[in-house]
Amino acid sequence: MGVATFFNPTRQTRVLPGFGLALGYTLVYLSLVVLIPLSAVFLESATLSGSEFWAIVSSPRVVATYKLSFGASLLAAAINAVFGLMLAWALVRYSFPGKKLIDALVDLPFALPTAVAGIALTALYAGNGWIGSLLAPLGIKVAFTPLGVLVALVFIGVPFVVRTVQPILEDLETELEEAAASLGANRLQTFSKVLLPTLLPALLTGFALAFARAVGEYGSVIFIAGNIPMVSEITPLIIITKLEQYDYAGATAVAVVMLVFSFLMLLAINLLQAWSAKRTGRNR
Amino acid sequence: MVAVGTLYGRGDARRYETNPATRETDWVKWLILTAALTFFLLFLLMPLIAVFTEALRKGWLTYLTAITDPDALASVRLTLLVAAISVPVNLVFGVAAAWAIAKFEFRGKRFLTTLIDLPFSVSPVIAGLIFVLLFGAHGWFGAWLFAHDIKIIFAVPGIVLATVFVTFPFVARELIPLMEAQGREEEEAAVVLGASGFQTFWRVTLPNIKWGLLYGVILCNARAMGEFGAVSVVSGHIRGQTNTMPLHVEILYNEYNFAAAFAVASLLALLALVTLGLKTFIEWKVERGLRDTI
Repeated sequence: MGVATFFNPTRQTRVLPGFGLALGYTLVYLSLVVLIPLSAVFLESATLSGSEFWAIVSSPRVVATYKLSFGASLLAAAINAVFGLMLAWALVRYSFPGKKLIDALVDLPFALPTAVAGIALTALYAGNGWIGSLLAPLGIKVAFTPLGVLVALVFIGVPFVVRTVQPILEDLETELEEAAASLGANRLQTFSKVLLPTLLPALLTGFALAFARAVGEYGSVIFIAGNIPMVSEITPLIIITKLEQYDYAGATAVAVVMLVFSFLMLLAINLLQAWSAKRTGRNR
Repeated sequence: MVAVGTLYGRGDARRYETNPATRETDWVKWLILTAALTFFLLFLLMPLIAVFTEALRKGWLTYLTAITDPDALASVRLTLLVAAISVPVNLVFGVAAAWAIAKFEFRGKRFLTTLIDLPFSVSPVIAGLIFVLLFGAHGWFGAWLFAHDIKIIFAVPGIVLATVFVTFPFVARELIPLMEAQGREEEEAAVVLGASGFQTFWRVTLPNIKWGLLYGVILCNARAMGEFGAVSVVSGHIRGQTNTMPLHVEILYNEYNFAAAFAVASLLALLALVTLGLKTFIEWKVERGLRDTI
């Protein structure tokens, strides 16, 4: 029995050729490049006993990185949810000069290599940088502190919220708002009672995507963070530190924690997207 | 879907601004605009400008010297090589996966789509780590590779593998929804009329998906050339040999050679701008195509 017969119970209705080849190739390539290598992390961590594993992933220095990585990522995603919504709103609802350019540049964090973003943000927010020098007299230090980590994570998260909310906002029928207005709702009521509930699933999806990306982010953060253990060290960095000390088991244990978190986020995002599709009647 | 009774097109905000029911009072509008644009300025525009001003801070001569330095050129060559391998490989995969998923019904289709997206949710550092675990000196195949004198980690093959992993979903995830939306009637008609599988794909499917394909390739390429975390783990940072452009930027930066670091970084920033330009062009093309068919 071939791949095609197993996966396709309605074989006889098929006209198009190439199913077996295309699916077979997809599965083999997916297994070789993604699934087998990823399973290596779990198999490698299985060489550790339960208590050894726990000792590594709950050591104070590692726990400090979770607090920073997850805390800063949550905060960055929240900042992106607020400003991303405003940016998406401005791009859809208002006309202003340079709008097309700004719309195109929203995707910059996807296109700009993270290392470039990292050194650029460091240059801006360092004590002698354009923004850093304005904040220094106020006693605010950004670069080489946990605040720097936050700045980098806000940067890489910008497109997620804008690009999930923007299409929903564009497709929204104005009739809803017209009905709300004619029934006597003021603008704030219309927004909070009519628009926000419709946008909420997309907004949460964007938030979750930005959060998931931020937790794993490495390149843009390490330049601006200063990487001081217990203070401004992120979880991906500690994996690298352990690898450089040839502590494979330690690196793998921390990686397992991050991977399990990633899979849970992936599940949450899929559920959110299904909810969003149901709420707005759109398919993905 | 075309809204009936509106004067203005889809992308035109005037249809909201002229309607009293969808318009905010002026001060609210200005407040939102100011907040949104300040955010844009601080987090997107200024970092971009900073790359170029820092690169040119010490003048054009320093800039040119930095980007024509032999190690810099070696990093450019390696980056181009890595992209030239990983993009086509993932392109072929993306087309095959989209053909299977979009044109046929089978069990576990949604699950397979999720698995294809998996590399997006894995930290780049872990993407590097998995290949060290497999092919590193102490890895599963380490002893065998050493006995056969094959180097993968701290060499070019490892960099390619890590890049293929992180850019894995790009083409597939553009093509799957596009080909699903287009259905299979056109291809079925071609086959019934006697076209071979290859002819059907080449003459019917490919013209329909060309923009989506290009879109995926451009994004895949940008990530392939710009990947830092995953490549950093497997590269070993050997100057002139296993340094891609982003890694070269890091080395120069850590040596406090800021002007040179930003000079090489500015090339990558230009790549990002070209990517965004092409992306916008394709979106415009597709939207115009849609309008013509309506």
